[in-house]
Amino acid sequence: MKKFTVMQGLVAPMDRANVDTDLIIPKQFLKSIKRSGFGPNLFDELRYLDEGQPGQDCSQRPLNPDFPLNQPRYRGASVLLARENFGCGSSREHAPWALEDYGFRCIVAPSYADIFYNNCFKNGLLPVVLDAQVVEELFEQVYASEGYALTIDLENQRVQTPDGECYGFEVDAFRKHRLLHGLDDIGLTLESAAAIRAYEERAREQSPWLFDAIR
Amino acid sequence: MTGQTLYDKLWQNHLVEQRDDGSALIYIDRHLLHEVTSPQAFEGLRLAGRQPWRRDANLAVPDHNVPTEQRERSGGVQAIADPVSRLQVQTLDDNCRDFDIVEITINDARQGIVHVVGPEQGATLPGMTVVCGDSHTSTHGALGALAHGIGTSEVEHVLATQCLVQQKMKNMLVRIDGALQSGVTAKDVALAIIGDIGTAGGTGHAIEFGGEVVRAMSMEGRMTLCNMSIEAGARMGMVAVDETTLDYVKGRTYAPTGQMWDRAVSAWRELHSDPDARFERIVELRGEDIEPQVTWGTSPEMVVPVGGRVPDPAAIDNDSKRHAVIRALQYMGLEAGMPVTGIHLDRVFIGSCTNSRIEDLRAAAAVVKGRRVAASLKQALVVPGSGKVKQQAEAEGLDRIFLDAGMEWREPGCSMCLAMNADKLGAGEHCASTSNRNFEGRQGFGGRTHLVSPAMAAAAAVAGHFVDVRDW
Ligand code: SF4
Repeated sequence: MKKFTVMQGLVAPMDRANVDTDLIIPKQFLKSIKRSGFGPNLFDELRYLDEGQPGQDCSQRPLNPDFPLNQPRYRGASVLLARENFGCGSSREHAPWALEDYGFRCIVAPSYADIFYNNCFKNGLLPVVLDAQVVEELFEQVYASEGYALTIDLENQRVQTPDGECYGFEVDAFRKHRLLHGLDDIGLTLESAAAIRAYEERAREQSPWLFDAIR
Repeated sequence: MTGQTLYDKLWQNHLVEQRDDGSALIYIDRHLLHEVTSPQAFEGLRLAGRQPWRRDANLAVPDHNVPTEQRERSGGVQAIADPVSRLQVQTLDDNCRDFDIVEITINDARQGIVHVVGPEQGATLPGMTVVCGDSHTSTHGALGALAHGIGTSEVEHVLATQCLVQQKMKNMLVRIDGALQSGVTAKDVALAIIGDIGTAGGTGHAIEFGGEVVRAMSMEGRMTLCNMSIEAGARMGMVAVDETTLDYVKGRTYAPTGQMWDRAVSAWRELHSDPDARFERIVELRGEDIEPQVTWGTSPEMVVPVGGRVPDPAAIDNDSKRHAVIRALQYMGLEAGMPVTGIHLDRVFIGSCTNSRIEDLRAAAAVVKGRRVAASLKQALVVPGSGKVKQQAEAEGLDRIFLDAGMEWREPGCSMCLAMNADKLGAGEHCASTSNRNFEGRQGFGGRTHLVSPAMAAAAAVAGHFVDVRDW
């Protein structure tokens, strides 16, 4: 997994509440058996005017000119500014994969759906929670000034605006540690292999019906 | 010490390691797999040279992509017309073979939607931790299990370690006392709760459903309720174990028998919240107040009773809410303030892990029996949740009732719930659906979904528009 320490990135607005994972990456693209290549279909139904199909050459498709990601001023954005309950709906990890593949490294929103929030950390993507009022102000600033970029400092848990305003954010220690160092979750858990085996031995004693039924 | 909630007990029973940073290593008893969210996880194992930690903890079944038409289905994997779907189902078969994981394959009589198959086979049991790369894993909480959806990285993590790194959720109790009116079902209860607390109302919480209405519910009804906890923002919903639970589990293929059954039952009887347990949040509803529900918009919280009207944005003060309503009305092609019964339908879908169990099909069949679906309808699909449900329904003659009414009777799978196979809505079409999500494009590009109960969907199929099933 990629490390996340400090980044500065152009901000793109996703100005609606309850953006669900079907909207982030529609289901026809879930048929892929790969982890990469979802970027061109991020927000497919909003970004293009036609219905997207897997395996299509997206550069030939009609773009929706009203959608921010299609506007030149947001080209190369790596921070997505969003509204409350971002990422609700299905558990598909294709949603963070698509965001990451497109080039986003950070999302800033007042709140997220639980599974999506969790999935982001597995993919080097930092979901920052800021107060709804602050997010509102950031939206105004993004619209007002072209080239608007934010600095996201995970170590110090801080978002900094171009005019020097700083906002702190919360992130739990374990997730922060993993993201800062780009650590592999499975490797970390396997360090506890002995504890897992000891647990299994106890469970086998107490609840033997939980074992060996399916074989 | 104060009492524990059901969730506290399940959590405590599966704690492998509590860490100083607040996270915990939780043991997973049952891992269910399907074809959409597992390929990249198996690929990850291969790349790292890892093997599954415990093969007997896993059970796989293809469901999202499988064709539901008899003709295409009968040829097995090779006959799946869509090459991308075929590759995904084939990849699941290959991975299960390579990693020695038990799979119920496409034309096995037990095949079906993973959340219908798990409880039905006794693969998910009370007291278990159950995960699956699918958000509706919350369904299995109906058995008194700790069950929730996970992403693909976590699928790989569970395969490799049999554990998950978790943060403990807050406790929330949704209590529904009283009794439901006749014609009102678990689906209406679920939608009424979401209408009340919103789609983010349960975020960060584990929900326990309780009260007289839940105690009186069948297991099928409880599964419908828990299934939709994710639509209320909660990863997991659960119901305490009682006689209904035990009666349901007894005799299932993978359930314990004999002496082991007795031991299990005595452990399972502990699976309820203590009388003095503390919940961070309690929501209360009265059963009598709940009416049949219909969603009019593009989020499950955009729901009204069948006698109600589509909202008028002009009457909404909050800016962001008003905009959401305007956008939803536009997408749904509805006029502000129109009665819900005035919505005309193009298709009807009875199925999905929310409502495709035998009780759901019986309720739908009772409504359409001896009637015909409206001539204005393009299609009315009935898709049983599993091969077992299909067999049972056919033994009861339900298939004849549907066919005689002009409905289609299909092979089990997710079908039009998310339109990953050939079953989908056309742009602009309105569908009365017993599934769980009415998001934009969920049932097909430009499709317009209205979530309802099976009885309401069946009545709507006959009438061609929504009607109050209580007047049926
Ligand atoms: S029936 Fe629908 S909600 Fe349920 S698992 Fe299948 S696609 Fe998901």
